[in-house]
Amino acid sequence: MASAVILLLIVLAVLIGPYVWRVPINEIDFASKLDGPSWTHPLGTDDLGQDILARLLYGGRISLAVGLCAMLVAAIVGVMVGAIAGMSRGGIDAALMWLADLFLSLPQLPLLLLISYLFRDALTKLIGTQGGIFLIVVLVIGGLRWMQVARLVRAQILSIREKEFIEAARALGASSIRQVVRHILPNALGPVIVAGTIDVANAIIAESTLSFLGLGFPPDIPTWGRVLFDAKDTIDIAPHWAIFAGSAIFLTVLTINFIGDGLRDALDPRRVL
Amino acid sequence: MAETLLEIRGLKTWFKTDDGMVRAVDGVDLHIDRGETVGVVGESGCGKTVTARSVLKLIDMPPGRFEDGSILWRGRDLIPLAADEMDKIRAREIAIVFQEPMTSLNPVYTVGDQIAEVLRQHQQLNRKQAIDAAVEMLRLVNIPNPGKRVHDYPHQFSGGMRQRVMIAMALSCKPKLLIADEPTTALDVTIQAQILELMQEMKEKLGMSIMLITHAMGVVAETCQRVVVMYAGKVVEEAPVEALFGNPRHPYTQGLIRSIPRVDRAAEQKQRLEAIAGTVPSLLEPPPGCRFAARCKFAMDVCTKAMPPLKEVGPGHFVRCVL
Amino acid sequence: MSAEPLLSVKNLKKHFAIKGGVFARNVEKVYAVDGVSFDIGKSETLGLVGESGCGKSTTGRCILRLIEPSSGEVWLSGQDVMRMDGSALRSLRRDMQIIFQDPYASLNPRLTVAAIIGEALQIHNLVKSKKELEERVVKLLETVGLQPDHMRRFPHEFSGGQRQRIGIARALAVEPKLLICDEPVSALDVSIQAQVINLLEDLQEQFGLTYLFIAHDLSVVEHISTRVAVMYLGRVVEIAPSRALYDTPLHPYTEALLSAVPIPDPTVKRKRIMLQGDVPNPIRPPSGCHFHTRCPIARADCAQRDPELLEKRPGHWVACHYRG
Repeated sequence: MASAVILLLIVLAVLIGPYVWRVPINEIDFASKLDGPSWTHPLGTDDLGQDILARLLYGGRISLAVGLCAMLVAAIVGVMVGAIAGMSRGGIDAALMWLADLFLSLPQLPLLLLISYLFRDALTKLIGTQGGIFLIVVLVIGGLRWMQVARLVRAQILSIREKEFIEAARALGASSIRQVVRHILPNALGPVIVAGTIDVANAIIAESTLSFLGLGFPPDIPTWGRVLFDAKDTIDIAPHWAIFAGSAIFLTVLTINFIGDGLRDALDPRRVL
Repeated sequence: MAETLLEIRGLKTWFKTDDGMVRAVDGVDLHIDRGETVGVVGESGCGKTVTARSVLKLIDMPPGRFEDGSILWRGRDLIPLAADEMDKIRAREIAIVFQEPMTSLNPVYTVGDQIAEVLRQHQQLNRKQAIDAAVEMLRLVNIPNPGKRVHDYPHQFSGGMRQRVMIAMALSCKPKLLIADEPTTALDVTIQAQILELMQEMKEKLGMSIMLITHAMGVVAETCQRVVVMYAGKVVEEAPVEALFGNPRHPYTQGLIRSIPRVDRAAEQKQRLEAIAGTVPSLLEPPPGCRFAARCKFAMDVCTKAMPPLKEVGPGHFVRCVL
Repeated sequence: MSAEPLLSVKNLKKHFAIKGGVFARNVEKVYAVDGVSFDIGKSETLGLVGESGCGKSTTGRCILRLIEPSSGEVWLSGQDVMRMDGSALRSLRRDMQIIFQDPYASLNPRLTVAAIIGEALQIHNLVKSKKELEERVVKLLETVGLQPDHMRRFPHEFSGGQRQRIGIARALAVEPKLLICDEPVSALDVSIQAQVINLLEDLQEQFGLTYLFIAHDLSVVEHISTRVAVMYLGRVVEIAPSRALYDTPLHPYTEALLSAVPIPDPTVKRKRIMLQGDVPNPIRPPSGCHFHTRCPIARADCAQRDPELLEKRPGHWVACHYRG
């Protein structure tokens, strides 16, 4: 449960932090560039003299938001596809699994590149730079992660379907929908929750990777990956920059994973709480 | 005077768990002589399977441990025996057959290979000799066409046949004692009859003793000379089979025998079955007195205070009860 | 037996198709249930026995249409079960219920006992308020010998025998006429078996229930049943009143089956009829009488003609060319 507290702190920090710590994120001050931690700049400054703490706090929102939304996309699509595949048999199941296999063979990064290239301008015109990129990143990351969730859900459903308590529900007159919603899904979702939290972690890392490669958000937006990207060149003289950015990612991912484990155990009615 | 092959004295096999120490076997005395079939009966949680596996030291240690007691095989205590010495006892002197023929055989090796493996472990045989010996074993357990079937895989055999293969494996080194842990529980009743008859035949041919673990009183009545009744980790009654069924002295044994419907005597039995109320107690913190007291019709104050000792009430007939 | 049987099964068949090959063609069929007929009168218990693979569990499920039969008729209180659909079928579910073998898999581990038992009441709108639901659940718990405060607990907190009682309470919630018991005591310890059997008998008397008791343990079946039907490889080979079946079995398979049952009395010595070999594969059942490959009295034409189930003595039906 320590993880939950830490994560809560991180979330609060990125949500409220920028209002508290009112150092602007892009105030350029060459005089104090690459400074280590100090009272005015608790996490130091980057090569443009910008305050790292402020940048991390601000960028954190985006990183977390991307992570969460991508996970939601993957989870919702995955659960739906998996449930339909698991409940129906034969043709539909085979077709959906074939689709999943297809998606699994797509390379994530090049695809992201391609879609980004093709649609970035159009989306930017529609919803603005940030919004456009956000949408692309979320949809591609989420859209390439639903397959694992779908497979998991399908496998769970197939095994739970055979259990006698489902037969009992049918014998009592429960409709198919009731069987799925009330009986099958609650029992199937345990592993899905854990997978979901791992997905958030993966999504954050994926976004960080993209930004690190310079492919995600534009350079002035300090997502954690972006900050890491910028920091990599001066790691030898200003390690604090990379370390703090990297730690933010690391800590968030770690706590999310622990929470996922804890959630799964907590939701298991067999545990005496 | 029969020769005593196996003597278990005061055996305590306990298991460490998150909730505490589970006393699966809590002071058990048992002996098996040459040439006899001894039935060890009880319901789930009584400790009979753990006792059987303790003899061959097949318990995972940790979490299990031998808290106390000794297991004497022909005079030698097996508990302190080193691993390589124990390996020589297994299969060669004492063999075991398990309940689930489906999972006891390795699906990726032929049955011939599996029997041969046992043989080559204990005897100096090359592969051809071992397979030939395996064919002989299959013939001994009445598997038709053994020369061909020795090259088949387990999934090509039915449940009853697989159990025969298991028995062939167990008997391949002609052990003196066969431990059969619920060997027919998973089988249909007509196949069960075949397997029990096979075990009897093998016993006579090889001069073996059998320790038969089961919860089916009918099987015990038909195959065993002596019976040991276990409850919650302790022996509550031990007697020759006629004495046990004809004159059961422990209330648990009595209840057990009376709660079983009988095919041959139904006219008088259209009354209710006599059920034993309640359930088996937890083995974590057993109550101080007799463990059956909570469910016993005749329970008295003294029963919950101290564990009654095993006392002799007839020739070879022992009961752990104050009555 | 009373005039109109409560349940009437006529020539029920269920064949499972096995798909194989590259394009998932139908390659073989498993003849799980191959023409089963019997009647059960009100408040009677019909025992259905047989060894594994004989089709008894499948028969039970086909009657409830948990598995859709391939062909045949099932009539419950004069209603054609096979023709029903949708809401008619759903209301029929109130009249027939089932209890399962595995006390661990037959209850949803995530629902409280109250939810499990009360679900039927909710599905069929039998209660109008939460309070009424709770009252009904409490009554059902008491009927099966459990405590009212058990209703807030989860299945894993109960023993096998108690879980079976919960399953029985669930089935009784809709006040069924017919209860199909699919090996309800096989997975329980012997002393608990007696408790549950006694409970079933009491409930039958209290509520006038009719049972189809499916099991492989002949001793238990004989004890609880009015009449017994013996199945072999998808077909019924003998039906008779319980005592008559055990005293004078007519079909060779029944004889062999009875002689194989161990008697818990060492002083009783019996002649055992040993059947050779194993039960044949239900994919390729033997021609004619399915039992002829193992039958001690089989003759040439047993492999050619299917024996019909005929009433050879009053109330005693046998499917054999040479017996009865």
